Amino acid sequence: AYKRFSELLPKEERENACSARVPKSQILTLPELRANPFQHRICHVFSTSETGDDSMSFEDFLDMLSVFSDSATSDIKSHYAFRIFDFDDDGTLDRKDLEQLVNCLTGQGEESRLSSTEMEQLIQNILEESDIDKDGTINPSEFQHVVSRSPDFARCGGLQR
Amino acid sequence: RDFQQADTEHLSTWKWRRTSSKSFKKALSEVKSLSSYLVLWRHDIHSIEGKFGTGIQSYFSFLRFLVLLNFIIFILMFSVVILPTIIYKYGIFNSTIAYISPKKIGKHLLYVQLVCTIYEPSGNKGLVYFYTYLKDLLSGTGFLEVTSLLYGYYSIDAAWLSVKKYNLPLAYLLATFVYLALSFLWIIKRSVDGFKHNLVHDADPFQSYCNKVFAGWDFCITDPSAARLKHRSLQYELQTDLQEEKLKQKIAERTMGEKLRIYSLRIFINIIVIAILSGCFYSIYRVTVFSQENSNVSIRNDTRTDLVNLLVQYLPSMVITLANFIGPLIFSFLIGFEDYTPAFEIKLTLLRCVFVRLANIAVLLFSLWSQISNCGSDKCKPCGYNYKLYPCWESDVGQEMYKLMIFDFIVIIAVALFVDFPRKLLVTHCSCKLIQWFGYKEFEISDNVLEIIYGQTICWIGTFFSPLLPAIATIKYFIIFYVKKIVLINTCKPAARPVRASSSNFFFLVVLLIGLLLAFIPLGVSIAHIPSSKACGPFRNFNTSWEVIPDTVLQFPTPLPQILFGMASEAFAVPFFVI
Repeated sequence: AYKRFSELLPKEERENACSARVPKSQILTLPELRANPFQHRICHVFSTSETGDDSMSFEDFLDMLSVFSDSATSDIKSHYAFRIFDFDDDGTLDRKDLEQLVNCLTGQGEESRLSSTEMEQLIQNILEESDIDKDGTINPSEFQHVVSRSPDFARCGGLQR
Repeated sequence: RDFQQADTEHLSTWKWRRTSSKSFKKALSEVKSLSSYLVLWRHDIHSIEGKFGTGIQSYFSFLRFLVLLNFIIFILMFSVVILPTIIYKYGIFNSTIAYISPKKIGKHLLYVQLVCTIYEPSGNKGLVYFYTYLKDLLSGTGFLEVTSLLYGYYSIDAAWLSVKKYNLPLAYLLATFVYLALSFLWIIKRSVDGFKHNLVHDADPFQSYCNKVFAGWDFCITDPSAARLKHRSLQYELQTDLQEEKLKQKIAERTMGEKLRIYSLRIFINIIVIAILSGCFYSIYRVTVFSQENSNVSIRNDTRTDLVNLLVQYLPSMVITLANFIGPLIFSFLIGFEDYTPAFEIKLTLLRCVFVRLANIAVLLFSLWSQISNCGSDKCKPCGYNYKLYPCWESDVGQEMYKLMIFDFIVIIAVALFVDFPRKLLVTHCSCKLIQWFGYKEFEISDNVLEIIYGQTICWIGTFFSPLLPAIATIKYFIIFYVKKIVLINTCKPAARPVRASSSNFFFLVVLLIGLLLAFIPLGVSIAHIPSSKACGPFRNFNTSWEVIPDTVLQFPTPLPQILFGMASEAFAVPFFVI
């Protein structure tokens, strides 16, 4: 993992890679993240940079790899998945978050978006299935509950190392 | 100190065990990864999956499975039936053969022996034109009739290698049972794996939306084109689910009058479907009878020209292929009126197409048998079958199966050459509106799968009558793989509606299983019911092919036959089959 991290740094800084930070643009060149629609959110969530430029240090990099590995527990995975899906960082998944999530899934470009009626129907269904306290948003515990019963989540949330 | 020593020893053995188990595991995984390189066409199928999605990839994996299955069946038949026959016929390894005459002698049976055993396959004698060879190659007659392709070649009754006797009739029959059982078990094993996956996937319908949205993205995708495919398939899945939900709501809100109208419409359309099917079956029956009568006549008199004769011989295959082509078109047109949910529509159309294809083969065989057992004016009294026209009827059935297979192969290649490529050329270069509306071809998975299942059912039925057929099937599917791959890459556009692989795999295997079970029926009837030909084949001295087994069992040491007969009696067989 250290080798991969240092490969992302420009040549001069490779010596003290432990303390250097890799800018976001470099991280997005990783093969696992390249085709991922959530690449920006992933960088944002794992980055501990104070300047908000979403750059990652070596510890952040390790964090990211460990969460996505096969040996992470489903609690950790669902916690981080929640943070990744929470586009406006307000601690709950409301309708706007869900809408952005679905748009990320179906792809960029106009023709790959669902129509507004379909989106309404879909968000309605999702909230029906997961919103237990019926407040119109999904909080972390509801998310964890839903995801723990989902058979695909354990399989998909792992990057191959 | 002794304790310490014992402890360190214990620790070192434990450590050794751990390291050895670790290195064993590592070696095992290395062997596994190496053996994956040996898998046939691994790279081709992988690249197809990346470009066209898992649905189409499942078709090619299925094709690969059939190639392997046919190859194994051929190896089985070769080693048990063909190789010994060749060895014994040419007397290699000091082997001798015998043609045993019937055990009972009496005036009636002498007559039987004289009349029923007259069989002179023409072969090719003297100067023949080259095109005769071509004609024979295409129709399985002439020089092919005396080769190991057909049943008639295996006319050995017993063979000895030095002193050991090789019971060829028993081997022939057992090989047939073994290949049927092998195919059955292999398909079941593959479908069980797919079924488990299916079961897990469709586990909780109440959570399907959350599951798709929160866990829909596969984080292992690294290729942009694969990502595009995944986006499209997710979009399509979500849209179809939403549509189905809306449709279900609409159905639930139907009034009584509307329900009545729709049900009566459905009954009417089903009647039309049955009428079309009966029309197909009747035409196949008539054409087979016509073809059998006329091709037999011309062999004797040689009045027709050879090309017309060839066409007449191929008439059943042509009619079947036409029915297989038109049937699905009509069904997919009719189902639009029946107002089902899209998923059910697809399933029902597929079911009807499957039925058409497999039932066509059944009708062909049935009409062949009605010809063979055609005892209109006492023609088959001595031998039990129409011995004048069919002295060696198993070879004739083998020829029909051979012709079906060859014709199927020719049609697939002809369609690829003369329909798919010109279509692509037209669409790219001609900007006429009608042609643009036709558009590029889309790879229809279900049609292609039914095509190869049809070919495989023919192979299963035909192998008993023509032991070389699995080899031909292996070569045919091998070539078809490359043909389809070239057509796919060069002329098809990626599917607008991506299909999920897991459910497709299970469906293909279920239909293949139906084909196999259908193949049991004609084989069962031929082996157990229709008298085997007295003029050729390994079962000349038995009434039916099945009789080899009771005969052999009777030759076992004394207690065994009674036990085996007791086992075969009803008390045992019924619960056995139930389990």
